[in-house]
Amino acid sequence: MTDTRWTELGALLRANANELVGQWVRRQQEDLSLRNNLLKAGELDQQSREFLEALVRTMQSGGSTDTNSESWSAVRDLLATVSRSRARQGFTPVETATFVFSLKQPLFELLQRSGGDIVQNMWQVTQVLDSLGLYTTETFQRSREEIIARQQQELMELSTPVVELWHGVLALPLIGTLDSARTQVVMESLLQAIVDTGSSIAIIDITGVPVVDTLVAQHLLKTVAAARLMGADCIISGIRPQIAQTIVHLGVEINDVVTKATLADAFAIALTRLGLTVGRRRVPAKES
Amino acid sequence: MQISKTETVEVHGSSEVVSVRHAVRRSAVELGFSLVEQTKIVTAASELARNMVEYGGGGKLTLEALERDGRRGLRLIFEDHGPGIKDIDAAMRDGFTTGGGMGLGLGGAKRLSNEFEIRSAPGEGTRVAITRWNGTS
Amino acid sequence: MERIPILKMGRFLLVSIQVDMDDRTALTLQDDLTSQIVKHHAAGVLIDISALDVVDSFIGRMLANTAAMARILDAHTVVVGMQPSVAITLVELGLSLKGVRSALNIERGMELLQSIAREAMPELEPTDADLED
Repeated sequence: MTDTRWTELGALLRANANELVGQWVRRQQEDLSLRNNLLKAGELDQQSREFLEALVRTMQSGGSTDTNSESWSAVRDLLATVSRSRARQGFTPVETATFVFSLKQPLFELLQRSGGDIVQNMWQVTQVLDSLGLYTTETFQRSREEIIARQQQELMELSTPVVELWHGVLALPLIGTLDSARTQVVMESLLQAIVDTGSSIAIIDITGVPVVDTLVAQHLLKTVAAARLMGADCIISGIRPQIAQTIVHLGVEINDVVTKATLADAFAIALTRLGLTVGRRRVPAKES
Repeated sequence: MQISKTETVEVHGSSEVVSVRHAVRRSAVELGFSLVEQTKIVTAASELARNMVEYGGGGKLTLEALERDGRRGLRLIFEDHGPGIKDIDAAMRDGFTTGGGMGLGLGGAKRLSNEFEIRSAPGEGTRVAITRWNGTS
Repeated sequence: MERIPILKMGRFLLVSIQVDMDDRTALTLQDDLTSQIVKHHAAGVLIDISALDVVDSFIGRMLANTAAMARILDAHTVVVGMQPSVAITLVELGLSLKGVRSALNIERGMELLQSIAREAMPELEPTDADLED
């Protein structure tokens, strides 16, 4: 489409903006009939108006029908914002793309009424709206992925509980294979728990961890170092012979850290450090 | 990859290093970084800003909000027109010892970031760019 | 530039850093602490950093230097209240803060300083009167 025709089209849209928005919003509401409660009444109207304004401005500045180009960046940004908020609100991808696609009908009707080279105009407009609709879906997908990633993070935090064994003694029983991401989340939870409970000793038990690689070993050591900086000591327990071998072979520096074979041993050490002992109660003699 | 927002901060004195920390913290919070991620990039920025003041005669920080494959990120570009660094490898190797040693903070900033780029030569000033992506803790 | 207040608590000095310090403030604090240690014959210094959400290499070195200087002046230093994200970042940075002891909070920090002081001079048991100073 030539620049002038595009500009004329933009002027036509601007002249009929109110009517267009009205029809467009009505169509969207029909399509989104089930979700009306999710969108505030004025919000849809405002989003539609802003989009049309941005669209008209881009058309009037001339330029191409290539929606990936620089001149369309304002329109894309707007769509990205709408898309992200719809994703967060729980709309489906189709419902979100409807935002753009439902503009077609009212737009075509306007073009038909206005005469001129209807076929050419409609074709160019279709191209633009189609690619913008697809862009909306793409952005929607990406937002969803961000949300899922965050939810996974939260799930990981919930699934590795830190246990308070005694006043001032925390235990973190790690179970299953540790990957880098999970280990980091777990370690952050431990450090936060140290602050929250005011515990000066944390036992990290890795009995349930089948394999420890360099990355995990380094994360463990970093956590121990961080806890120490904060004023708490860590004891690592549950180290099986294979893991001990791996650690030595990997050349990981583990000198500074207290390690114990079992959680029970570690707990005993913790109690001693806190100046506590476990004693046996004298059983009262039975009445005969 | 898209750059959605840009901000610049002039850094010429030690009190402006504090402004740098605040500006970077603000951006990191806006981009949804976790607390640990925020602290890492703010600390890295503090190191580089101080370098710029102490060795580069002051300079400019440009903050860019990025988006790539659905991930949001923050890029910080520190530029000065100072004397430049003669031996970048040596500068990167300077570690921290708690008592002495000035250490240029470059190695530390690199460890705290996901991406690290440096361009410097004697007489040509220095440009350091670090990037931190959301969700990488 | 702000001057950070130093409180005297018996034989110990207590500093609570509440502001994001610039370099000059940090260095001034270092100077103030060393002169106060001498002035009051302090046996220990407690530095509360619970309000700091960033500790970079400069501040880290300031803390380590303060501890080293205090040691020469026969006083021990305990840093308390380090936030988890700060600790994680310092470890990543590679800063070990050698010579600086740490405790979770002010209460623990005081206990630690008292036990260190007790070990150093067993015949000079601190009494409650000392702490009420």
